Amino acid sequence: MSRQLSGLKAWVLQRISAVYLGLFTLYVTFYLLINTPTDYAQWSGWINSLPVTLAFMLAIALILIHAWIGIRDVLIDYIPFTGIRLVVMTLVGLLLSGCGLWALLIFV
Amino acid sequence: MMSQNKRPVFINLFQIKLPVAGVMSIAHRVAGVLMFIAIPFSLYVLELSLQSPQGFARATEIVQSNWLMPLYLLLLWSLFHHLLAGIRYLLLDIDVGVEKPLYRQTAITVLVAAPLVVLLILAVAS
Repeated sequence: MSRQLSGLKAWVLQRISAVYLGLFTLYVTFYLLINTPTDYAQWSGWINSLPVTLAFMLAIALILIHAWIGIRDVLIDYIPFTGIRLVVMTLVGLLLSGCGLWALLIFV
Repeated sequence: MMSQNKRPVFINLFQIKLPVAGVMSIAHRVAGVLMFIAIPFSLYVLELSLQSPQGFARATEIVQSNWLMPLYLLLLWSLFHHLLAGIRYLLLDIDVGVEKPLYRQTAITVLVAAPLVVLLILAVAS
């Protein structure tokens, strides 16, 4: 699994996702501060408008990829035992995949 | 993979005297790990808030609960420290701020600015 996202590819993906997530964070932060939703209709109306739904889905997908690469780097640094690291990385991968499917259920 | 383990490795954070850019860097990691842990909880609250008006009310309660406030502040700090440090790293990638005085100054700026952004958001939100 780690081979698929290693080296230059992971490096580039981490930076592309970082740029999108940075812009997304600023947008959501400013929107919520200026236009704080006070009831369900306002909140779901905003999230369920097509551009915002797409922006959130893309953001969640990129968060999961960004988290995978970042956590993988941390595990490589701090778990020097290949076997244990593989087990922990598998658990992290399963957790992130599960979160991806869950997010899909929330938005679809 | 095991054959590479002959290289000298010293990563005990309690014995290393880190320079300020190193402190900023390790905080960027810690912030990232904290946000990773927060992913399932965030999805739970997001799902709840979009289910029904009752769910939205419950989610609002959770987000505004006083006893979870320290945790939210920590996550908000994580988000903005990670974002600011990330911008610094992206600039370093294109060779901006690599020279010594600036390298240190931007690291200090990130460390100071992240808590300030959190305070600013609190001030605006309340």
